[in-house]
Amino acid sequence: MSVTGDYQTKNTLETFGFLPPFNQQDVYAQINYMIAQGLTPGIEHEAPENAGTHYWTMWKLPFFGETDLNNVVNELEACRREYPDHHIRLTGYDNYTQSQGVNFVVFKAQGSSRAW
Amino acid sequence: MAKYDAGVKEYRDLYWAPDYVPLDTDLLACFKVIGQAGVPREEVAAAVAAESSTGTWSTVWSELLTDLEFYKGRAYRIEDVPGDKDAFYTFIAYPLDLFEEGSVVNVLTSLVGNVFGFKALRSLRLEDIRFPIAYIKTCGGPPAGIQLERDRLNKYGRPLLGCTIKPKLGLSAKNYGRAVYECLRGGLDLTKDDENINSQPFMRWRDRWDFVAEAIHKAEAETGERKGHYLNVTASTPEEMYKRAEYAKELNMPIIMHDFLTGGFTANTGLANWCRENGILLHIHRAMHAVIDRNPNHGIHFRVLAKCLRLSGGDQLHTGTVVGKLEGDRQSTLGFVDQLRESFVPEDRSRGVFFDQDWGSMPGVFAVASGGIHVWHMPALLNIFGDDSCLQFGGGTQGHPWGNAAGACANRVALEACVKARNEGRELEREGKDILTSAAQHSPELAVAMETWKEIVFEFDTVDKLDVQ
Repeated sequence: MSVTGDYQTKNTLETFGFLPPFNQQDVYAQINYMIAQGLTPGIEHEAPENAGTHYWTMWKLPFFGETDLNNVVNELEACRREYPDHHIRLTGYDNYTQSQGVNFVVFKAQGSSRAW
Repeated sequence: MAKYDAGVKEYRDLYWAPDYVPLDTDLLACFKVIGQAGVPREEVAAAVAAESSTGTWSTVWSELLTDLEFYKGRAYRIEDVPGDKDAFYTFIAYPLDLFEEGSVVNVLTSLVGNVFGFKALRSLRLEDIRFPIAYIKTCGGPPAGIQLERDRLNKYGRPLLGCTIKPKLGLSAKNYGRAVYECLRGGLDLTKDDENINSQPFMRWRDRWDFVAEAIHKAEAETGERKGHYLNVTASTPEEMYKRAEYAKELNMPIIMHDFLTGGFTANTGLANWCRENGILLHIHRAMHAVIDRNPNHGIHFRVLAKCLRLSGGDQLHTGTVVGKLEGDRQSTLGFVDQLRESFVPEDRSRGVFFDQDWGSMPGVFAVASGGIHVWHMPALLNIFGDDSCLQFGGGTQGHPWGNAAGACANRVALEACVKARNEGRELEREGKDILTSAAQHSPELAVAMETWKEIVFEFDTVDKLDVQ
């Protein structure tokens, strides 16, 4: 068997926080899943020191009826340009369960994790 | 007006009603019956209807002071059981007013009371109950439910990850809190008191509360994520139970737990009401269920217990794992998992759903899969249970060669890799090994876990299977 390893606690931002940083293809696949499930894409951002709160600041409004991946990507990039030192999170709102079917951080603050 | 006609009547004259069309407000039950040899099925079915509602073995004069037509149960249908020539199904309709509002205790006392000891039956099993929406509306239901639980824990898009602290018994409070901290700092969302941990000489409940609370707050601060531990408030008296719940609230704990069968439905419903009013989640364990549900001919099927629990109140309920160390048929499990989580479950005999069941707006309950599972099971578990589940790995976290934190990390990586793959459209059960193996390339913790448990499977035939063709 292996020698015992030391496990260092990670500070993570919930779903997918334990996987290696997503590349562009990974992110696009999740956006496509969100759209295929009929969820409404929404973007929010927050300063790292406040990341533990329930409410991150909303970027514009949820993109109701949006089914074009490119529009979602453009909004993600626009948000990142505007708030380079915030984490940027993508959510998929489900208006039947009133919950979120997809929810993960796409860009971390100051490009500490860049998908593209 | 009928006259008083003393004496013993055949049950079927009064209680067998094959032309009866059940009302939307009736409570319906399906029983699997094996009667004594030589007694016609209609007579046996009618006897079950009578003994679980208004009947008694001899006519009594006082019956005529009321009109039993409003109150009697009626056996309205009999069906063969596929593959079984001794047993038959009977369907019985009970008028709504037989049951006190909001009292699953009353429903069970009526339906599974005296009738189960009745000499005319060799065996009897309650297979399913259709609760009318009129009755469901009188019940409190889950204190929070799936959506509110996710909102409070801030966890979306994936199952929850948990772990029962091991060894089952014997740790001191501080050592116990250490085990909790290590699991939570490693990436699990929730940890669990084992059901037989109450308040024993080796660890009293109040001390466990204190050390676990510290473990949770520290793990939350370090990981940036919300954490919880199901503090077991099951106790010998309701007073003691509430005392423990109150102290959990004082320590800002998000969730507590109760054993609904050994604790009893009266305690459970009271506790659920308390949780709803105090904003605390309620995890439900099912100790003693296998005493009641494992024999295919006698007892109560777990699907009925699960439905009763949803009405009584609980936010998470153990449902078995299908693939782990404890018994559970896949199709049957899927059927009662739907009963916990969905708003409407259509009749489907292939999943053991005997009636259309409308739950209305009652919140749903997370399905908890716990018992002998480890990382290799992750793709199958995600596929079977979906996102609205809590996957618990006790030995499968704490048995990791590097300890709890690494074991927790391994499970979290495996789960997230499976969720990511599923969202990309990959087939979890077919490609599971590949999905885990690629994920392990970036996670030494996962690689070690996969090596440790690669030979463990639990493949015995189930004792209790669905009766389907």
